[in-house]
Amino acid sequence: MAAPDSSHDKAPGGGQRGSRGALMYATGFLFAIVLTLASFWAADTHSVWQPGVPVLLAALAIGQMGVHVVFFFHISTGPNDTNNFLALAFGIFVVGLVVFGSMLIMSNLNANMMPMDRLMEMQR
Amino acid sequence: MSLVDALTEPGTPDSGDTPISERGPAPLPIVVAFGFWLFLLSDIVLFSALFAAYAVLSGQTDGGPAGPQLFNRTNVLIETGCLLTSSFTCGLLTLSIEARNRLATYLWAAVTFALGVVFLAFELTEFGRMVAGGAGPTRSAFLSAFFTLVGTHGLHVTVGLAWLATMMAQVATLGFRPMVVRRLLCFSLFWHALDIVWIGVFTIVYLGAH
Repeated sequence: MAAPDSSHDKAPGGGQRGSRGALMYATGFLFAIVLTLASFWAADTHSVWQPGVPVLLAALAIGQMGVHVVFFFHISTGPNDTNNFLALAFGIFVVGLVVFGSMLIMSNLNANMMPMDRLMEMQR
Repeated sequence: MSLVDALTEPGTPDSGDTPISERGPAPLPIVVAFGFWLFLLSDIVLFSALFAAYAVLSGQTDGGPAGPQLFNRTNVLIETGCLLTSSFTCGLLTLSIEARNRLATYLWAAVTFALGVVFLAFELTEFGRMVAGGAGPTRSAFLSAFFTLVGTHGLHVTVGLAWLATMMAQVATLGFRPMVVRRLLCFSLFWHALDIVWIGVFTIVYLGAH
């Protein structure tokens, strides 16, 4: 590989090698295992207030995605990672719009929909 | 070496000296990896549309079976373990490629491939069992959304396995040429991205079923 070039952004997933890289992947793997097991525990537990379980699951999932981005993709907020991080931020923005926008609009339509029997009567 | 040392990038004191306009284009490996990163983000946007469809339709079972009757948590935990471990071995594969270690490359590629196959076997068995039990994709809107979302992820894993096999053939015939190394690094990014999508799948589809 060429010598590290500090005047350009680094490639996503790159920048780590040798024992440092192995330690990075092992750390991420360990975090991911703990968070996965915590998710499976949280889904079945009764020691958490039940309406809070989905929030806990969401927090654990987002945390684990963050672990993957940092330890497997090596994305940081450092000065030679600006393009990668901005692209990621835009991706998260679009994903949020699509998922939460769809859920909001569909639940609103569902709540305002005419009851099915009334609709049938009007079509006669 | 402490963990903090290992996790922080070495400082690059001269990085701000040259104006952006005088730096010229970035080297090819960086351009390729950045382009592939953009593709992966757009692929995740595709999955977000399928997740949105699933979230909207997950309650529309049309009197048919709902999630808790169909899903087996133990299976999902094994599938998750396979995919997670394969993501880790894929990281070790990347390091073997950086070190130009042919034997280690083959070893970690084989482990990654085997774990991917086990994952797919579990998933296809589950699909077969559901379809045989009358819970196929045509049964209800919930099951249409389920098979589309989880099936698209499974399709990505299948493509990834074919890609990995192709890359090992290229390492065997062409060696570690810059072109082959770039493709391998793109593959590793692809494989890590599939794991991120799977986190969403097992949390929303399997653990969120009620």
